[in-house]
Parts: sequence; C-alpha cells; structure tokens
Amino acid sequence: MSNLTAANIDRNASGNRVDLVLVADMVERGVKVLDVGCGDGELLSLLDETRGVDGRGIELSREGVNQCVAKGLAVIQGDADTDLADYPDDAFDYVILSQTLQATRQPRIVLEHMLRIGRHAIVSFPNFGHWRVRMQLLFAGHMPQTDILPYSWYDTPNIHHCTIKDFRMLCSEIGVKMERAVALNASGSPMRLNAPWWFWNLFGEQAVFLLSRKA
Amino acid sequence: MNVQPLMSDAPRGEGTQEADHPTSQVVVFGVDRPLHLDCGVDLSPFQIAYQTYGTLNADRSNAVLVCHALTGDQHVHNVHPVTKKSGWWETLLGPGKPIDTDRYFVICSNVVGGCMGTTGPASANPATGKPWGLDFPVITVRDMVRAQAMLIDQLGIDTLFAVVGGSMGGMQVLQWAASYPQRVFAVLPIACATRHSAQNIAFHEVGRQAIMADPDWRGGRYFLEGSNPRRGLAVARMGAHITYLSDAALHRKFGRKFQDRENPSFSFDADFEVESYLRHQGSSFVDRFDANSYLYLTRAMDYFDMAADAGGVLANAFKGTQTRFCVISFTSDWLFPTSESRAIVHALNASSARVSFAEIVTDKGHDAFLLEEPEMFGIVRGFLDGAGKARGLKAQAP
Repeated sequence: MSNLTAANIDRNASGNRVDLVLVADMVERGVKVLDVGCGDGELLSLLDETRGVDGRGIELSREGVNQCVAKGLAVIQGDADTDLADYPDDAFDYVILSQTLQATRQPRIVLEHMLRIGRHAIVSFPNFGHWRVRMQLLFAGHMPQTDILPYSWYDTPNIHHCTIKDFRMLCSEIGVKMERAVALNASGSPMRLNAPWWFWNLFGEQAVFLLSRKA
Repeated sequence: MNVQPLMSDAPRGEGTQEADHPTSQVVVFGVDRPLHLDCGVDLSPFQIAYQTYGTLNADRSNAVLVCHALTGDQHVHNVHPVTKKSGWWETLLGPGKPIDTDRYFVICSNVVGGCMGTTGPASANPATGKPWGLDFPVITVRDMVRAQAMLIDQLGIDTLFAVVGGSMGGMQVLQWAASYPQRVFAVLPIACATRHSAQNIAFHEVGRQAIMADPDWRGGRYFLEGSNPRRGLAVARMGAHITYLSDAALHRKFGRKFQDRENPSFSFDADFEVESYLRHQGSSFVDRFDANSYLYLTRAMDYFDMAADAGGVLANAFKGTQTRFCVISFTSDWLFPTSESRAIVHALNASSARVSFAEIVTDKGHDAFLLEEPEMFGIVRGFLDGAGKARGLKAQAP
C-alpha cells in the first residue's frame, strides 16, 4: 500500500530507504512486530536482517502479499481498516504503519487498534503541511503532487491526508503517549531534534512517530 | 433414439488389486499396534502403503509429508501403476521443484480408507479373507492423520519439516497442525477449509447416491457378487469433477463446441465436447478407484469440522502453536472459496500463529492446486526456503 516507488525515494549508502531505517531504529531487537500495509516486504526484510525480529505483515495488494510470501516473510492478504479487529490484545510488541495511515478509511480506529494489539505503535506518513504542498495549493491552486505524493487527486489511494500538527492532535485526543518523533526534510535527512513543532510541520516532508499507550 | 451407455461392464478394476498388493512400500501394523478410530473401533491389523522420494538427512530434519486429495494417492512423483500416467504433483514436486526432492525427503502415503494399498473397504478383511465392503468402519480425517503419525514413527522421524496438501490433503495438513503441533515445523494447507460446508456435503451426497443407486453396487457387496458399480461411480466422478473446475474454465476449454460433428445429432449422444470430456473423466476414474472407498472418503471429509472438535472455537484448535503456516487459496475455487481460507487465517491470528496467506488469481477453479500455477510455485518455494532457513536445513540434502 506504500506510496513510495523506486524512483522518488531517498536511500542511504547501503541502499535502504531512509524512512524505513528510521522506523527500524525505533524497534528493539528480537521483538514481535506486525507491519500493517507492508507492501513488498522491504521493511520486514530490513527488520529481520538488522533487528532479528519475529515479523508479520498485512498487505492489501495481492501482488505485494505474493512477493512477500515468496521471500519467506509471514504476510497475509488483508485490510488495515477491517482486519486489525481480528487480532487479540497485546499480540505484538510493535505494530507499524509505514506510509499507509493516509490511505486508511478510518485512521483513528486503525491507530486505536494498533495500540491495542501492540505495546508500541510506529506511524510514518507524508506531511501534508510541508511548504511545497502548501505553496501548490495556495499559488498554483491545484491539489498538490510531490515526490512522495505523486498521485493525481482522482486516482490516489490517499484519502486522509494529515499534517504533523493534525497527527499530534489526534494522538492527544485518543490519549496516546508520544515517545519519539522524527521529521525528515526533502532530502531525506532527519531534522534538528530541538526544532519547534511549527518548523517541522512546515519543513518536514515526512514524519515518523513512536507511540505507546498512556499508563 | 440412440441412448449410448456411459461405459461397458467390466470385471473388478485393476486399481482395486492394488488394495491388497500395492506397487508401493508397505508397513503392516500388527495386532499389537491398532489404529484407534474416532468411531470407537480399533482397526487391527492394518497396513499403510507409501512412496518416498529424496534422502532423509542425518539428523532426520528434512522430511516433508505430502497428503493426497480425495481421489489422489501416494504416487505423487512416479509413474502410476494403474494409469501409467506421471505423478499427480509433478508440477510442484521433484528435483529442483518448489518441493525439492534434492533437498527434502518426501513421504506420501495412501490414506486409511483408500484403495491403493492402505487398508480400506476394498482390502481383505482379516476376519473373513474377503473385501471389507461396508463392514469397514467409518473413518475421519483425524484417523487418516493418526495413521500417518504411526507411519512417521515407524520411519524413525520425530518432527516433520513440513506437511503439504490440497483439498482433502489440506484438511489433513490442518489436522496435523492441530493434532501434533510439536511434530510439524511448517504446514502448507492449500485450497481447503477447517470444515466441510453444507454445499460440499450436498455434492458428496449426490455422488454417494449415484453409487448406491447403481444396481451393481449390491449394498456394497459387489466384489463378493462379481459386479462393480461402474456407472454409479462414474456419475459420481462426473458430478464432482464439475465442482473442481469453474464456469470460466469450462467455457474456455469447451464452450458449446460439438464433439466430432458439425450439427446436433438429435439424440442423447455426447454431442458436446464437455459431455464427452466428463464421460471420459468418469470412465477412466473407475479403472483406478473403488466405489466403496469413494463413499468412505467423502464421508470423512463431510465429518471434518475442526471448530467443533475444539469446543466450538476454531482458534483453540491452534492455541499456542509454534508451527509456521502458509495458507493458499484460488480466486475461482467455489468448492473451497477464499472465505474459508480467511477463516483459517483469522483463527491463526487469534492464536498469534506465524501465518502467511496468499490468494492466487486463476480461472482454473479448485483443481488449480494441481496445475501449472507459477505464482503458487513461487510462494511454496519461498515459504519452504524461509522455513528451511529457520530450521537450519542445508541447501542440499547430504
């Protein structure tokens, strides 16, 4: 379900997607992980190699699932909006939603399920508050299309765009603890940690949040 | 009006001679080792006919059990002793194939109740020296799996690397995971379900009634009375065969084409290609299969209901399982539709099992699992490779 295609994403020296490396860095070693919307399994493979996790995935597209299973990953065909309800409480240490939040029909419910199923949730998404997005709407007057949001408005899986600010508000509304947050700028580098939120919301092209339940 | 019979009468098929004298390896379990059946009967003595391919490695960790479907048998990867055709899963299994016989030690046994050498209704009843017929006790999928476990014990194998099968074979695979979770590392249930649906029971009942309506069935005593319900069994096979295909596949293969003629004959000949095809399926089937065996095996499938066995909650059947699952279904399979596989996956998720699930797009219907389906091959290979890595199997058997 991931939006990111080979052409428009930033990769590090070892060829790994920087946003995925960032997600992987937030995961402890040897834990149990569910990747919701795992695409072709790139993150699960990375987590397997670098963190030695017991990884599972759910993916909507049949091609994605079949590619994953052929790689030996434990992935099922399913829908984040409907199938998370089938998982028992506390089944996983981490539940990850990488670049998929904006494509879910009910992001809030998905997030709530993630924190019911897992002790931690990691959510990454493209920031709709990025200045390029704002400029396109303000000056060009059309729905924004960027490197990481390449679709035209009539043909996009992304139905619930949000900004970093929106996401923080949702987290506080449903009483989620934000353990870590990282924003990536347009060149794919993590931004200064001490920058104010408005700065991240304007210059962060995407964001990664590590969340947990409030005690 | 010309009404042609389906096929001519013939004496007891060659296939049923295999029942007592199989062209396979055989293990005989004496009276000291009975098979405890779900119906309460101890089957004893009894025998299991099986084939193996590849080599068992030194630590006995590379054994793969293949479970055959309703009308299959143990001849997965060799010339069939009766039909002289190649093995039924040559597409998937062999040297370098997804189930790689250079790497795994593959075992396939005829199910209990079958007619290819494992004890079944066509076998001689030790009490009388005559074929069991309907005196044979009713068996279940659990009984089949219990018998297979006895075979695996006999072969000195503690834990199977994998159990693989489609349709009724898939039911056995699921039952293995439920009955012997410690003894199986990975399972591949394909095109199957944890219970037989009302529609499937209905189809089976039509098949059984076709057999029992044949006067040559003689209340199941046909061997003793020198007859054979060939017509009944052929009709049962024809009906069942339709359920293994799909509307699209039948249309693609036959459409409304006539068989060897330009115009309708205005009779009940096999005018259409599809009729001729089904008649052929029916008549060739009876040469290798026993009618009573068909009754017993369809019954076993009908009784299959894993949730009922687990107190009504399917997830309890797999509670705490460490086995790896790879569930596969096909889009055009209306006998075991994807919804059945999803139910398996839901139950496994609720048990936090390690499960993969893929649905394959095909118009070939239920039979797709036996056919050339490259996407399925990739998935089976990838799943077994991943499991083999986790199991510490070497790339090649010694």
